[in-house]
Amino acid sequence: MSDPTIDRVAAATPAPVARKIRGLSDRAIAWIFVAPTIFLLLAINIFPLIWTIRLSFTNYRANRLNREPEFIGLRNYERILTDSDIWLNMQATAHFLIWTIIFQVLIGFTLAWLINKKFRGNDLWTTIIVLPMMLSPAVVGNFWKFLYQPQIGLFNYITGFFTGRDPSSFEMLGQVDLAPWAIVVVDTWMWTPFVMLICLAGLRSIPDYIYEAAEIDRASKLRQFFTITLPMVLPFLMLAVLFRGIENFKMFDLVVQLTGGGPGSVTELTSINLKREAFEKWRTGYASAYAIILFVTVFGLASIYVKALNRVKDR
Amino acid sequence: MRDFLNGLVRLRRGSWEMVATIIIALGVIMLMQPFALWAFTYSFVTTLIGTVMFIIVSHFPE
Repeated sequence: MSDPTIDRVAAATPAPVARKIRGLSDRAIAWIFVAPTIFLLLAINIFPLIWTIRLSFTNYRANRLNREPEFIGLRNYERILTDSDIWLNMQATAHFLIWTIIFQVLIGFTLAWLINKKFRGNDLWTTIIVLPMMLSPAVVGNFWKFLYQPQIGLFNYITGFFTGRDPSSFEMLGQVDLAPWAIVVVDTWMWTPFVMLICLAGLRSIPDYIYEAAEIDRASKLRQFFTITLPMVLPFLMLAVLFRGIENFKMFDLVVQLTGGGPGSVTELTSINLKREAFEKWRTGYASAYAIILFVTVFGLASIYVKALNRVKDR
Repeated sequence: MRDFLNGLVRLRRGSWEMVATIIIALGVIMLMQPFALWAFTYSFVTTLIGTVMFIIVSHFPE
């Protein structure tokens, strides 16, 4: 039985085109369909990557188009990897990365564990908790800037209420000791729901009969948690940690909106620093080498991520 | 542990991927640690070796 849609398309195809297509093999037709995608991929992803690698070995500056770039070998890499300021930026990124992951995993897992219990309004709570994740980072950045205002900010008022301090006596985004924590709080607020959803998927994949068997063996709730729940959710948790780790390593928009890298450079994460080198100081060759270092790191982490993903899939 | 060592000797994917993963993780830790500048200097090479190794060993038989 023939498909009327196929017949209609075949009838509408001009005779010379139809003749040409009839002469092509299945493999050739497949290539014709895939070619535009491959071309776009090469033009948008692969070519810029190769070009960046090439530029990273030169002293090219994009604001001096008349000057020929000179080949300087590995000097850009050498400068970056011995620069103590960049090392400090990496430490700022590490502070942000480690604390956001710790908080997101702890709060996310606890929320998932609570949501997994059957209670009234379960779905409504899940929707409310997931809301911050749906917002744009630019919106969240602006929104939290108001919350952190020392005079009118709700965050300062609530903190002041619980600690007894004057709300206008501290500035979350303006103090060197508080600003790194301010960005951690905002990222945790925004992305904990994501970790919660992954943990929830892990918790819901555990079959009930395992808990029933444990009950029969008189295992306590604590024992059940440590010998059933935690080990079975662990691959999912690993996945969430890796995903958030990769994302936060590249974090740019949220922090730029909140602090712009300040005060001083205490919240200047690597991607903000990279943008400054490339588009404020116009050291394109140097910035390219910097970008390649970050790319290799993210690529390495992504390889581990894919491996963890496959392990979860095999389960 | 014995399976892991056997896998290394017989060029099996699982064991070698584990080694590459450890090298990548070591490189990332070296990149972000606040203790020694020399570790930061050699972090990129370590991560690069781990990543290239991961790409190669992921083609080894299971």
